[in-house]
Amino acid sequence: MRILEGAGVTKSFGGRKAVDNVDFDVEKGEILGLIGPNGAGKTTLFNLISGSIPLDSGTITYEGTNISGLKPYSICHMGLGRTFQAATNFPDLTVCQNVRMGAVFGKKRIPEKKAEEITERVLEFVGLSDSADKSMKDITLACQKRVGVARAMATRPKLLMLDEMMAGLNHTEVGEAMELVTRIRDSGVTILMIEHIMKAIMSTCDRILVLHHGQKIAEGTPAEISADPTVIEVYLGE
Amino acid sequence: MLVTIFNVISSGLIMGGVYAIIAMGMSIQYGVARILNVSHGEFIMVGAFLTFMLVKLNVNPLLAMVLIMPLMFLLGFILHRTIYKKLNDVSGSSGAFESNSMLISFGLMFVLQNVALQIWGSQQQVYAFLQRSVNILGTAIALNRLVVLLLAVAISLLFYLFLQKSRLGKAIRAVSQDATSAALMGVKVHRVGAISFGIGAVLAGCAGSLISVINQFNTAMGMSYTIIAIIVVVLGGMGSVPGALLGGFILGFIGTLVNYIDPSLSLVAYYLIIIILLLVKPSGLMGGKA
Amino acid sequence: MKNLLNEFRANPKKAVVPAVVAAALILLAFLPGMTKPYTTIMLGSVIMYVILSLGWNMFSGATGYISLATAAFFGLGVYTSAILGDYMPLPLLMAVGGIAASVLAILIGVITLRLRGVYFTIFTLGVVKLLEVLILYLEIHLNGTRGRFVVSYSFTDVFYALYILLIVQLIAIVVIRRSRFGKALTCIAEGEDAAQHIGINSTRVKILCFAISSFAMGAAGAAMATRWSYIDPGIAFNANYSFLPVLMVIFGGAQSLLGPITGAAVFAYLQELLTTEFPYIYMLAMGIIMILAILFMPRGILGVVHDLVARARKRKEAGRDAHT
Repeated sequence: MRILEGAGVTKSFGGRKAVDNVDFDVEKGEILGLIGPNGAGKTTLFNLISGSIPLDSGTITYEGTNISGLKPYSICHMGLGRTFQAATNFPDLTVCQNVRMGAVFGKKRIPEKKAEEITERVLEFVGLSDSADKSMKDITLACQKRVGVARAMATRPKLLMLDEMMAGLNHTEVGEAMELVTRIRDSGVTILMIEHIMKAIMSTCDRILVLHHGQKIAEGTPAEISADPTVIEVYLGE
Repeated sequence: MLVTIFNVISSGLIMGGVYAIIAMGMSIQYGVARILNVSHGEFIMVGAFLTFMLVKLNVNPLLAMVLIMPLMFLLGFILHRTIYKKLNDVSGSSGAFESNSMLISFGLMFVLQNVALQIWGSQQQVYAFLQRSVNILGTAIALNRLVVLLLAVAISLLFYLFLQKSRLGKAIRAVSQDATSAALMGVKVHRVGAISFGIGAVLAGCAGSLISVINQFNTAMGMSYTIIAIIVVVLGGMGSVPGALLGGFILGFIGTLVNYIDPSLSLVAYYLIIIILLLVKPSGLMGGKA
Repeated sequence: MKNLLNEFRANPKKAVVPAVVAAALILLAFLPGMTKPYTTIMLGSVIMYVILSLGWNMFSGATGYISLATAAFFGLGVYTSAILGDYMPLPLLMAVGGIAASVLAILIGVITLRLRGVYFTIFTLGVVKLLEVLILYLEIHLNGTRGRFVVSYSFTDVFYALYILLIVQLIAIVVIRRSRFGKALTCIAEGEDAAQHIGINSTRVKILCFAISSFAMGAAGAAMATRWSYIDPGIAFNANYSFLPVLMVIFGGAQSLLGPITGAAVFAYLQELLTTEFPYIYMLAMGIIMILAILFMPRGILGVVHDLVARARKRKEAGRDAHT
């Protein structure tokens, strides 16, 4: 069953097509990877899906409903969560407060106690329970990324979009992140992730979509993608 | 009938030219130095009064305008180098700089206005210059208005050409489009910012001079012109100098038409325009991203 | 309320500022009976400026969207009293003035708050002049006059009216801060994009906050007008009422409740002292102080005091450690 579908999605900025007539679909329960060289349009596609920017043409459908043109908060309430490439954690709030905001606002109004329960559960799930009262400047980059993921998880999404969650992490941290992603999927959340770290993509994803200059140039399993001549050419022997 | 049309066109061009100069000055300050200068109108007022001082010493107002240009440039340049540069040093982010620089300009507005009030008082001023009429195309137009019209249009176009063709103009445009890339190409971004602020002050001063030739003026005139400048800048597209040029003339013509109906309603008409603009296309006529 | 008291019991330091404010408020209640009329009048002005500053900070300090429309809301309140003053008692005038201000705030918000902050600020800058021009036009064409006479209330009445308004406003600020709405405001200030993505309708929250914050400004204007006896659009819509609250908050410090109160008290007092003798120099100095405060006191005078105290404490501890 498809949880997210895009047909003919196009977006231009000042004459240049950032996303060019892209079709895609995400199956419920899978981990779909989105890769491509810098400037390929991956984050733009995320921005179009999450409602940050409007589409020029095409449609995006979530669980059968057309979400193109909806605002980010509506899309969040419907069950789509996302993280961002650059640090967007609330800088003056603690880890716990950041996550709690996601719990409080992620869906329609819930009682304070329930929000607290969700926050505790999510903090434990991502492994941040011990850092709950730390401020953003006192934690490592890997932890900051986890806070972003946790805050998005606290909104109880059915589909989670991760934008370069592993950028800047060291070898061990990447492994931990990969394990977290798999655990999130196993808990019932579909995942769409942008990533540059090939090892992570190849081993974690069920399927991969490749963008280049805004266009989809390949789609398939990790095995198929790593053997695809167009993809190899684009990445030039990575 | 022809007389009215001629009057409308000539008044439209005068107002349009003056508005264009004012708006281009503000636009270059916002586009390049990223300063929303809400004290811009006060610089116009200063230009008018400095011209007036020289006129009282029997200097030709047009010559006075040329003489005050370096003064105005220094005023803007020095203010930028001292106050705004210091602000840049203490501002954490560009967002913080933008809102704080606006607040500083707000404070500057009160400083300039009250210095002017202290020196020149609050009465209306006016002086006579080239008040005889000439006959153009069978209708009479005051010579001073004709001269201001020609100068306003000329200054607007000259400035536009300066930006397009000269080396400094290209540097200015580069910084306004993408300061980081411009820095990488070797442009001294901070210096270009200070120069741009100075140029904005010069343009304001010229506008003030021109206004003083054909209108009454007083030390409280600044605010209205700041608001007009802002509306033109939004109409043309924030940070777009060609947009300010275009928007200035459009608003000038609309203003002239409204003046025929009821002069006291011109600000209301302008605000209706900006309301519609913000609801429909906030990026303005020549603005880029929405 | 219960939560509040529990928090104070757990952390007594948090109760200091509220206790000071409460004590000052109690003292103020008895003041008019105890001092000369001049003091009452001046304190009335101080309270008015505190209300304007707190109102301004409630929205602009909380969201970072700088509003220059304070004078427009205040002026609407003034005109409410001028037009309806003969038909309603003062409290009702203030309520209607507040509602008028909130309606204007909603209009402004709907047009500009879905856009970047610079558009909002720009729009609010001209609104004051726009209302002045518009109302002047209407007055001249519909009433044949420029100004109006306003119903008069005693300075003691106006003092207590503003006093009660201030208390209502303070309660509202505290309640909002601790509510879900207040949390949404915090998120928007911390990162509007992220806030939208965790489910906050930031435009709606901003508009609502702007409307709530402007209510007190309109109500204050309605109250003050009854002390002036004659008003016209220039008097009612005076840009100083947009400028001074901003200066007061920047000078005092935007982060706490005490900051705007301190700034307002200082400058309202100075205003009363100097405005008749040296109006131009006074405003000139205010402009300079604003610039200096932005450059050198980013967290206001309270921030400076806070840092000095912290530094002194550290020095004392270091001295103590050196001796052990």
